[in-house]
Amino acid sequence: MDNVLTAKSAISSPSDVKEVATFKRLATRTETEQAGKTVTVYVDDQPVEMQPNDSAAAAVLTSGLRYGRTTTVGNSARAPYCMMGVCFECLLEIDGIENVQGCMTTVQEGMRIKRQHQARELSGR
Amino acid sequence: MQSSNPNTATNTAEVAVIGGGIVGLAIALGLTRNGHQVVVLDESDIALRASQGNFGLVWVQGKGDTLPEYAAISRQSARLWRSLADQLLDSTGIDIQLQQKGGLFFCLTEQELNNRQQMLQQMQQAAGGDYPFQVLDLKQVQELEPEAGPEVAGATLGPEDGHVNPLLFYRAMTEQFLQSGGRIVHSGKTTDIKPLNQGFTVTCHDKGLDQKWHCDKVVLTAGLGNKELAPMVGLHAPVEPNLGQVLISERLKPLLNYPTGHVRQTNEGTIQIGDSKEDVGFITDTRIEVLAQIANRARKMYPVLNKVRLVRTWGALRVMTPDGYPIYQESTRHPGAYVVTCHSGVTLGALHQGPIADWISHNKTELPLEAFNGQRFNG
Amino acid sequence: MNTTASLSIETQQNPNAAGAQSSYDLVIIGAGPAGMSAASTACQHGLRVALLDEQPNPGGQIYRAIGQTALQDEKVLGPDYYAGRQLLADLHQALDSNNAVTQGLLHYFSGSMVWSIEQDQSVCFSQQTFAATNSADSENSGSPVKQTSQTNPMATSNTSRRINANKILIATGAMERPVPFPGWTLPGVMTCGSAQILLKQSALAPKMPLVLAGSGPLLLLIAAQLHRAGVEISAVLDTTPKGRYRKALKYLPGALKNLPLLKKGLELLLELKQAGIHYEKHVTGLKALSCSDGQPSVKAFDPAKPDMQPIELLQQVEYSVNGKIHHRPCQTLLVHQGVVPNVQLSRALRLEHQWNTLQQCWAPEKNTWGRSSHADIFIAGDGGGIAGAKAAEYQGRIAALKIAQTLGYLTEDQLLKHAEPFRSLLDKQQAIRPFLDQLYQPADEFLTPADDTLVCRCEEVTAGEIRAIAAKGIAGPNQTKAFCRSGMGPCQGRMCGLTVSNLIAEVQGKTPEEVGYYQIRSPIKPLTLEELADLAQ
Ligand SMILES: Cc1cc2nc3c(=O)[nH]c(=O)nc-3n(C[C@H](O)[C@H](O)[C@H](O)COP(=O)(O)OP(=O)(O)OC[C@H]3O[C@@H](n4cnc5c(N)ncnc54)[C@H](O)[C@@H]3O)c2cc1C
Ligand code: FES
Repeated sequence: MDNVLTAKSAISSPSDVKEVATFKRLATRTETEQAGKTVTVYVDDQPVEMQPNDSAAAAVLTSGLRYGRTTTVGNSARAPYCMMGVCFECLLEIDGIENVQGCMTTVQEGMRIKRQHQARELSGR
Repeated sequence: MQSSNPNTATNTAEVAVIGGGIVGLAIALGLTRNGHQVVVLDESDIALRASQGNFGLVWVQGKGDTLPEYAAISRQSARLWRSLADQLLDSTGIDIQLQQKGGLFFCLTEQELNNRQQMLQQMQQAAGGDYPFQVLDLKQVQELEPEAGPEVAGATLGPEDGHVNPLLFYRAMTEQFLQSGGRIVHSGKTTDIKPLNQGFTVTCHDKGLDQKWHCDKVVLTAGLGNKELAPMVGLHAPVEPNLGQVLISERLKPLLNYPTGHVRQTNEGTIQIGDSKEDVGFITDTRIEVLAQIANRARKMYPVLNKVRLVRTWGALRVMTPDGYPIYQESTRHPGAYVVTCHSGVTLGALHQGPIADWISHNKTELPLEAFNGQRFNG
Repeated sequence: MNTTASLSIETQQNPNAAGAQSSYDLVIIGAGPAGMSAASTACQHGLRVALLDEQPNPGGQIYRAIGQTALQDEKVLGPDYYAGRQLLADLHQALDSNNAVTQGLLHYFSGSMVWSIEQDQSVCFSQQTFAATNSADSENSGSPVKQTSQTNPMATSNTSRRINANKILIATGAMERPVPFPGWTLPGVMTCGSAQILLKQSALAPKMPLVLAGSGPLLLLIAAQLHRAGVEISAVLDTTPKGRYRKALKYLPGALKNLPLLKKGLELLLELKQAGIHYEKHVTGLKALSCSDGQPSVKAFDPAKPDMQPIELLQQVEYSVNGKIHHRPCQTLLVHQGVVPNVQLSRALRLEHQWNTLQQCWAPEKNTWGRSSHADIFIAGDGGGIAGAKAAEYQGRIAALKIAQTLGYLTEDQLLKHAEPFRSLLDKQQAIRPFLDQLYQPADEFLTPADDTLVCRCEEVTAGEIRAIAAKGIAGPNQTKAFCRSGMGPCQGRMCGLTVSNLIAEVQGKTPEEVGYYQIRSPIKPLTLEELADLAQ
């Protein structure tokens, strides 16, 4: 089968391993039916092209980054696990707000998605 | 600790402590240290435990405004707290995160602040001048707590206030009590206490089975359960439930420096937001409205909290006497039976583990316990 | 069919949409097969219904994104998935403003997460709102309006609302059983269901090297679906313990009542075999590892954060077959051990729950109409016990009919007549369950994992720690939670609840039923303080 890859697969990221997307895009209906209707989101400032019904967690998985956050307790890396809103492993900073469930958030044009490290930092100043 | 071991034969212990919350455990721990052989008879896992739902404040300021003896024992307990925390760390390796660098009480109006200042001044007089506190305006508050919001009129600072992780406190006491040979039995509800010529027989009931314990002394620390148990041994404990709610946030990097009566950040980074005893009177609506009111007050104090995510809520029943003060009393009709009831089991934890346990061991005390006699509610 | 548009048009035209209406005969939570069928059925009979779901589109887990699935090749997911189009079409019909029978009776609230049901039967839910450039839309924020992709979001935030219900139907479905085993928290380990969701919603598939491990019909189905999609699978590791077929045989007579489903299962096995996929039976000792033989572990290091510890990622899977240890390189490991009811809401409501020994999970008590231990609260679908999508659909209809009768929209006779056909269909679906449940009951290593396994993913508590606390004779899961913070993180115990009860039961020599479960309190999902405080007016 002809696999279409819309996500930029190997974003250069500040890391000593070359990070390659772990997920690939198959042939899509929307592409054939509504050609050109993609949205661009930014994952850790790198542009990623997504389909309009994709979730922010899917954007991380296709971006080439293999984890989305590190834990508050042990600082260990985590990535989306359930994709249905129950595990809370997909917590991301989305448009400036931390700890948003990435798998429950639909991408929007220009959305800024960032990985999180450890506990959230909150400051009113 | 043995799990409930329903036994038709009568079990024996020198002292039976009825109720295994933080009040019961602290006393049980002190009694064990004094060389007694102690069993704690406790209810099941889903009991509405104030011990698992409380706010973790070791709080002094404003306590006992109408009863100087209460102010005195609260402060005495606060002073004993450091050595209790150290001792628990030594024996169990658990750091219960005691911090006593002072606590703030936020007031949202000038009126509230003035009233509070007056109250604290009166308490200072009653204590013969030995009652430290400071009144801060918003600017001074913000120097200590930069996130305090513009709606805050000011605060009072009590240098003796602090906080602790109440769950670790509970766990550490449990572990130390077990290490020193104490027994905790999940025996279900205590349904009957019979005074005998020598000692007492306690009957517990769980899942259709009775369990009997014979003991020389019995200490009632069953929280709300004391109301029914006390009369069985000639005591009086007219306590009523008072629902206290706590909101708990996601973990955050350090944000708040001091505990307040309503909001504190724990060592883990979570923010706990509660109602204070003073607030509950007017909130009688459904639960969500209560929680919403608590949240609303908290965001006036710290606007930054608007964006914080609440991960859990907790409801626990406070144990309230009509005047809000504790009951410490030995039965005159059935000596050897004691009742202990209070709503600030954390603050008074060090007192319970120390001087209160000693009072029960030795039948004498320097504490002004006459002020806490349950008969004060008779008539 | 552009479903998104048609749904939003309907609700936008609804004059009551902007919150004027806050009272319903029936509020349904969950728009999977159970909730969708219940909604269509109830408004057919004249009930004013609100249907709420936290997902952006109806369909639930099985029919996820059914109205706008991204996948081009319909052979991949197969006819069972596209069968959901009928339910969706029914829902559309019910929402259609030209429908004479149901006009205006049904309100569908998408992206609406229910976080509390109060004693007075008010339902609190949180909706994403967008500061949209389109003024007509922003006026309607807080209304059951589905955001169309044309609106231009500026910033997103959530607002909570309350609606009142006479009766409530909980149709919140199932979640995959959390599968604790050493290394299951490593990035790269996901559930089989999550891969299926990515396939349905986004036409995304994992790349090689890919391994699937676990037990149950969904494992085989998802392996087959991925294979049909042209995804290479390096191995399927079946952890169904030896001797399970023999144990399940006694339930075969029931299973034979649903031959088509049995046949489907066998066909799936055959399909995998013919595809030449490496398939291991009776696999034990599953471990996800972050290093491979001789090679250092995969570690990412971010120079911008020098104090950050190296990042561990999944690199290979370890497992045993007949006592022999094997290793396989692996970038994605999909795991599955069946599904369990999502009881968060029913627990928060303090409904009675029962332990199901065959399914090894809790389910709220309900009678044959779906009525729970609370007279005004009904349950349909997998949230009330696992029986599958078809059963969920029939249960939804049966509960909706009963509610219609209770509220006086149907007579007793009408109820019995309407419900009859769905009952016999439901019986057939349920007859096969004991066989499947016994056959695919998770192996002990997943129910009571080894000491070094993380059990609570959020607060990072290991099985060993839980066992140590249990050994001290604590009263149960709630005291365990208080002592070690298991279940206190953002997932609120969804990931560790079953395991913690199982571990305590194992150590204290009790049954999970005797041990009990965490007390769950609303909000059942994290909520901003602002959202809650705004309800204070
Ligand atoms: C990940 C996954 C994949 C599956 N794949 C298949 C498959 O391929 N084939 C198959 O036969 N079976 C599959 N199943 C089982 C199948 O999903 C169920 O049998 C069926 O979906 C049950 O239908 P339901 O209506 O009871 O629940 P669901 O379909 O699960 O629907 C429940 C709905 O409730 C919503 N919800 C839950 N809580 C809340 C809340 N608090 N507020 C608002 N909304 C809420 C959810 O978003 C969801 O849309 C799968 C299950 C899972 C978990
Ligand atoms: S991936 Fe599990 S909650 Fe999002």
